[in-house]
Amino acid sequence: MLIFSVFKTLTDQQVTVELKNDLSITGVLKSVDQFLNIRLDNIKVLDEARHPHMMAVKNCFIRGSVVRYVQLPAEHVDTQLLEDATRREALTQVKR
Amino acid sequence: MDPSSSGIQEPFDLIRLSLSERVFVKLRGDRQLTGILHAYDGHMNLILSDVEETIMIVEVDDENATAGPKTVNVAKRKMDMLFVRGDGVILVSPPSRT
Repeated sequence: MLIFSVFKTLTDQQVTVELKNDLSITGVLKSVDQFLNIRLDNIKVLDEARHPHMMAVKNCFIRGSVVRYVQLPAEHVDTQLLEDATRREALTQVKR
Repeated sequence: MDPSSSGIQEPFDLIRLSLSERVFVKLRGDRQLTGILHAYDGHMNLILSDVEETIMIVEVDDENATAGPKTVNVAKRKMDMLFVRGDGVILVSPPSRT
């Protein structure tokens, strides 16, 4: 739930999603759900020469399970807030 | 079990105590990362900053494909702030305390 909230705060920011098949897509994060499925608008494939079939695609929905990494805009991430929230969530996990 | 004590009672405690420290992460696909850990969850989804990724690419020589030394190419790249999906994570290691 914590990571889901992080992504929600990053909507309308530019992110780069790297998929497990090595395809990297940069775009504006429009929405995210509990499975970390991601909707990107205004997308650009990083290595267009290697993926010419993606040139016509302007926006997309990415299934969460095929994501390897998401590069986030560092200036929009409050690292102190993240660490506190992570510790708080870890505590609730232990209590169960 | 007192979760507020700093001792390690369960495996995730080791990762919790590594928050805001530089950790080593081994991933599927011959990849490894080092970065400062800022967040994680029960799936081992991670958020790291100041990340360096190392990808090992083993090249099998044609003449001795079965035996003999194989050359290992290493590709490195740096990223500012990175979310890592938990299903690719093999291990997370806390920083070595020297």
